[in-house]
Amino acid sequence: MTQLVILSGKGGTGKTNLSAAFAHLYHQNNPDPKAILVDADVDAANLALLLEAKELTSNPFIGGAIARIDPVLCNGCGRCQEICRYDAVSSQDEKYLIDSIACEGCAACYYQCPENAIELEEQQAGEWFISETSYGKFFHAHLYPAQENSGKLVALIKSRAQEELENSQANLMIVDGPPGIGCPVISAVSGANIVLVVTEPTLAGLHDLGRVLETTMHFEVQVEVCINKADLYPEGAQQIREYCKEKGIDILGEIPFDLAVPRAMNQGHPVTKFDPQSPSSQAITGIWEKLMTVVNQYSTGKELIQIN
Amino acid sequence: MRRIAIASGKGGTGKTTVAVALAESLSVENDQIVLVSDCDVEAPNVHLYLNPDFDQTKEVYVLIPQVDEGICTGCGICAEVCQYNAIIILKDRPLVFPSLCHGCGSCTLNCPENAIREIPNTIGNLERGIGNKNIYLRHGLLNPGEPLTVPVISALRKWNDSLSPQLEIIDSPPGASCPVVEAIRGVDFLILVTEPTPFGLHDLKQAHQVANELGIRTGVIINRDGLGEADIQGYCRDNSIPMLMTIPLDQKIGAGLARGDTLLDIYPEYKDKFKALYEEVGQVIEEALDL
Repeated sequence: MTQLVILSGKGGTGKTNLSAAFAHLYHQNNPDPKAILVDADVDAANLALLLEAKELTSNPFIGGAIARIDPVLCNGCGRCQEICRYDAVSSQDEKYLIDSIACEGCAACYYQCPENAIELEEQQAGEWFISETSYGKFFHAHLYPAQENSGKLVALIKSRAQEELENSQANLMIVDGPPGIGCPVISAVSGANIVLVVTEPTLAGLHDLGRVLETTMHFEVQVEVCINKADLYPEGAQQIREYCKEKGIDILGEIPFDLAVPRAMNQGHPVTKFDPQSPSSQAITGIWEKLMTVVNQYSTGKELIQIN
Repeated sequence: MRRIAIASGKGGTGKTTVAVALAESLSVENDQIVLVSDCDVEAPNVHLYLNPDFDQTKEVYVLIPQVDEGICTGCGICAEVCQYNAIIILKDRPLVFPSLCHGCGSCTLNCPENAIREIPNTIGNLERGIGNKNIYLRHGLLNPGEPLTVPVISALRKWNDSLSPQLEIIDSPPGASCPVVEAIRGVDFLILVTEPTPFGLHDLKQAHQVANELGIRTGVIINRDGLGEADIQGYCRDNSIPMLMTIPLDQKIGAGLARGDTLLDIYPEYKDKFKALYEEVGQVIEEALDL
């Protein structure tokens, strides 16, 4: 069983288009068992738009709790305001009020209030779904705008997907990761075997590639890189090749800029399904074949352990 | 001082391009002090375009608990009050996981034996300096491997400055969750940069809802117009969001930005367009003040 996570550092380099194409290519070559699919970018979740996902179940996501002051019990001592490190408590004429957006749900005020006037109210911060797609079972979520705990929601859907992986015939989990390097990325990488970083030949792409590679060093994962829109700025692509060579990382392939990608997106399909002959589809197929040899190494390893 | 933030929902739509173009259009000629705060602390990129000499730096730390084992009785209250599972009790002794700690101080306050003191745990740093065209830049850098983005953004926005800029431009992180909230809270106006694809539209809605929750006025810039067919204009019309500008899909722009040129380097005529955009935004802000 293998967990493959697609990351980028910089946003908009093509994680979701690539994840959808991989889901399609895997299914095309291995009709059964299907892969398990996860969209771990829970505050800008777009993979569903390319998979014709049919929702099977929808579940509430309870994030952290938010503190609330009972104005009847509050004696106006101000202890809550004094100890809150998130500037979430405001006061006017000895009336204290908690800003629910600033509140981190740490509960320090709840425990410190001498009148027990503070309650913690659990908040539904989003929803998570299991959907059916032609390419396999799909775990995804919608974090409500302005909410916290995206890392917790990523961890939740990934653990459900992992259960499915263990309890079904499936051998592969494909995770479309979030941008950046912070808490949802760390949740997405936890438990992964292989990380594929998709970068682009821009100064920003290279800069953020470095930061995402540094992040993956904290995990025991195999890291691979591919370059999207590689012909946009050839010198930039060359810089990425040199940078990766220095780091001892292979580049699995390079995808040219290709308007077939946005066209496929507009039609709601993976580009490899929408236009298999397009230059981008051809390049993605080449990358996928190389990636599958890496994936198979992990699968074989697992089977050997099971036999012994 | 005026504060304008740039956000998008979807990553890679051109937030940084717009932030830099706006700063460049307004700084030198108008004799304004313009400060750009790059709040995308996971993947900050503004400095790649403004090439500042960073002359000031500051560490960002979270205060994490350190338990004096000589005093600790192993009662477990610290673990009980921690909402982030950053302390567990193992063999009657608390064990702290620094990367899970949000630094709220609750364990320290609630320890009945006063056995906990707080020590700083560095999670990132801040830098500031003057870049091209006299634009001031400050940014934050979350240390790779650290999960807590929000404290770095918060520290960046609170970093006291002898500088009094007339305008602060905030480059927000992508997404629509807590880092975006921390970056854009309290600004006078939010520019949403999107692209006309299904992804761009989907994530624009998310970012717009964050602005609504915070009561911030917004306007939209469509970047890479021509890339797709998503009806951004229709969404803006239905929600009374002013359309501020359209930037076409143009290979020359893409290649120029890739090598580190700014939009104004590539097409100087954008300077006047951004000045006009700033006028329009200024009117919306003034109208809001009159209400």
